[in-house]
Order: sequence, then C-alpha cells, then structure tokens
Amino acid sequence: MCGIVGLFLKDKALEPKLGALLSSMLITMTDRGPDSAGIAIYGNDNGTAAKITVQSADPEKDFDGLEYELRRALDVPVSVMVKSTHAVITLAKDKLDEGRAALTASRPNIRVMSSGDTVEIYKEVGLPKDVVSRFGVTAMSGTHGIGHTRMATESAVTTLGAHPFSTGSDQCLVHNGSLSNHNNLRRELKREGMVFETENDTEVAAAYLTAEMAKGKDLGAALESAVDDLDGFFTFVVGTKSGFGVVRDPIACKPAVMAETDQYVAFGSEYRALVNLPGIEDARIWEPEPATVYFWDHEKAA
Amino acid sequence: MPVFDLSVTPLRELNSALHGLAAGTNDTAFEVVNPRGHHAVAAGIDAPVTVDIKGSVGYYCAGMNDGGNVTIHGSAGPGVAENMMSGTVVIEGDASQYAGATGQGGLLVIKGNAASRCGISMKGIDIVVYGNIGHMSAFMGQSGHLVVLGDAGDALGDSLYEAKLFVRGSVKSLGSDCIEKEMRPEHLEKLSELLEKAGVRGVRPEEFKRYGSARKLYNFNIDNADAY
Repeated sequence: MCGIVGLFLKDKALEPKLGALLSSMLITMTDRGPDSAGIAIYGNDNGTAAKITVQSADPEKDFDGLEYELRRALDVPVSVMVKSTHAVITLAKDKLDEGRAALTASRPNIRVMSSGDTVEIYKEVGLPKDVVSRFGVTAMSGTHGIGHTRMATESAVTTLGAHPFSTGSDQCLVHNGSLSNHNNLRRELKREGMVFETENDTEVAAAYLTAEMAKGKDLGAALESAVDDLDGFFTFVVGTKSGFGVVRDPIACKPAVMAETDQYVAFGSEYRALVNLPGIEDARIWEPEPATVYFWDHEKAA
Repeated sequence: MPVFDLSVTPLRELNSALHGLAAGTNDTAFEVVNPRGHHAVAAGIDAPVTVDIKGSVGYYCAGMNDGGNVTIHGSAGPGVAENMMSGTVVIEGDASQYAGATGQGGLLVIKGNAASRCGISMKGIDIVVYGNIGHMSAFMGQSGHLVVLGDAGDALGDSLYEAKLFVRGSVKSLGSDCIEKEMRPEHLEKLSELLEKAGVRGVRPEEFKRYGSARKLYNFNIDNADAY
C-alpha cells in the first residue's frame, strides 16, 4: 500500500518542529506499510555549505576516519556527522562534485542517499517509529520535508528499496502505488546512461524524472510527462530545494489528502495523518485532482 | 445517550456497543466525538440506532449499515456507507472516493462533493449528492439511483447495468455504454421522491437529465461485437 506524508511550512515559527510534526504524521501511517520508512528533511541554507547524506551497510568501518580522509583529499574543512547507519557530510558548495568523487574513490560501498544544499535523506528497513528514532528526526528543524512508509509490492524489502529516492540535487521522490511498465522504462533509461541499483519501480520513476530534467524540462514539466509515460498507479510527492509537488495518475485510485492553513501546506495518504497538525480543525481540506501537477514553493511565495 | 470520545476510548468499544444492541433497547441515540479520521467508525450497524459523529472520519464509515441512521458532521474518507443494506447515512461535508460502493439499499446523502467512483457497482442503494461527483461514478452500477445536483466527472456510468443516474449539472463525459435517456413521468416522480427524502429544497426534477445503460455491453450479442 505505502503511506506518504509531506509538510511545507509557511510560518517560520514552526520550523523547529518540522521533524517532530513530520515524524508524528509518518508514524500514524505505519499501518499502510511496515517494510521500511524514509524521510527527507530540508534544513536551512547557510549559503556556503552543501551536504551529502550517505548510508553504509557497515557504518563502523566505513565512517571511521572518513572525515579526516575527505579533508585531506579536498584540502578544505569537511564535517561528517554520523547518525546510525547514515552520515551527513558537510562541505563547501563548490567542492561538492569533488567531494562525491573522493567519496566514491575511498569508500566504494557507501551509498549516496541525497546531495544538495539543504536536504538530508534517511531511510532504512523497519517501522517508522524505529526509523525516526534511529536518525533523531523528531529533533530536526527545517522548512519542509516528505516521508514515506513502504509496503513492498514490486521488489524486495531492502534499504535501497525504501523511499525517498533522490532525483537530483536537493530533489527527491516518494511514491504510493505500483508502476506496470517500469521494466520497459528501465531498459530505455539504461540505454540513455542512467544507472540503477535496485529492481524497484519507484527508482525507475525517479530516474525518469532526472532524465527528463536533464533534457531541459523543469520538474513541473517532467511530472506532466510522467503522467503520460508512466503506466500504473501513482501518487507522487516530490521534494525540491524550495518546495514540494504532488501529482496523481489519471485513474487516481491511490489516496491523497491535503490540508492548508496560514501556517502550512500538508499532504497525507489518509486524513488521520493530518489530525495532529496545529489548526487542523479550521484547515482547508481537499483532495488533489488526477493528472494535475500541484506545486508549493517558498521562493515563489516570498 | 451514550457518548464515545474516540480520542480516549478505543474504536472497538464503540463498534462493539453498536453491534451489541438488542431489540427494544432504550439506547437508540449515540454520539461520537473526536473521530479524528479513524477508519470503520460505526461499521456493521444492524439495529435502528441513530449515530451522530462530530468530526471527520476515515475509510468505510458506516460500512454495511443495516437499519441505522448515521450522520457525519464533517467529511468522510473513501468507501463511506459501502455495502449499505438499509437505513440512512448523511454526510454534511465532502465524501472521498467510492462513496456508497456496492450499496444494496438505504439512502446515502452527501451535502458537499463526492469524489471519483461514487456509487461504484451500486446494487440498490439510493445516493443523492448536493455537489459534484468525480470520474468513473456509478461504474458497473446494477440498480439503485444516483442523483447529482452538481456536475459529474469523466466516464459517468461506465459499463452500466440498470442503475438510474440523474444529473442536474454538466457531465464531463459518458462512460462506455452509458447514454442519455428520456425522462418520463415515472422518472420525474421517483426523482421528486428522492430529492424530498434527501432534504433538497428549491430544485425541480425537470432540471435533471437521466442517464442509463444502452444495454449493448452487458447483453452479449454478436451484432454488437464492435462495442466490446
């Protein structure tokens, strides 16, 4: 089944609570999928630093000495903050590509969960309450975030099969539904040079969006193409550096509920994911229309 | 009058109490507060009890209702009153997808909008929607009546059997084998009766158009092979 949650804060006073609010929403959705969970939190942009969130199957070995090695390789300050099986590597923005190359060279088995100016993605096998606890999500602050809890249908239950999937710098995707033409699309995308790590259908959707954007489309246009090119059931929520987007397939069987107040725009697969949000009693509650791309953006709202 | 606060009382206690009602009981009116989007609230009623739910509910509220009168003072998630057998369910707000799905009897009134697949596979239920309905409504509807004061979305009545559809507003598109049909006196009368039962005022049956099955899809005939 899968459950999706998303929260976009309009009121800066709520930013310190983003992680707590999003965690609570995600835990409420546990019934929709116990297999794995993941969260993407968009923190504050300090202007100069970029972040890479990584995951290791052997964190003690892989993260030991990593900070020192990267500093030496890049010759700039690098900080590595370890959180359970994940670590957040912070470094100067202009050193991001070099940093990724150095990382691949020194730790080839490490997986990159996300990279960008503000996003951190944490995902693991396990229940939402365990996943948020492992990574200290409830204490995190930020401007917006999306989360997902998985019921695996098309591929195995693994860390890499969990959502969100990164689709580019500060961009990620979560999916409720199942695609039916993902094998075909994966073959085509491989021919175009995309690399896949799993048999997961959502990974194909993420790669599809990345490929469309590489051809020059913006995310909104890529999502519109997705409505035509992807076959199957989907409610997608995508996170970008400045906001989040929602789109449902034309048949729209997979649920989607939204709530808006002066303080936030929230998304949940079920209304009950939204009931603990402040002011929910007076919120505008609606369901997004099928085959329509919706976007909320901090930059445009400003 | 029993009051159940679902923010402190487990849902199972409410539903057990409703299911445990014996014939001739004095507890005929229940109030439910803080439903907070719970699923299956007041599902499986089989006694003539009145239930007022103060707030919005999740999936399958009043599912399988047989004889109860349930009012949701809020909105309802997917599948409200699904498989209702008899009785009444009224939603003051909006209803999500497949409201009244496979309903066999009773009356479902939605004062806001209903979403997609309203009345899917309806088997005798009467549904009255004050607002609009979404796409694929009354899909494979076998019997019963769907009355819509607002507009209908795409593919209305796709693969319809003998359910009768009345729409006052626009229909974005008709589904496979669904056609507009003549409004005859017996239809106007039935529509009047349904509008009255649903508490609709200031609307005349003549303002509606009737839609029904062309009967080429569900009756196999080799001559209609190109319709399949």
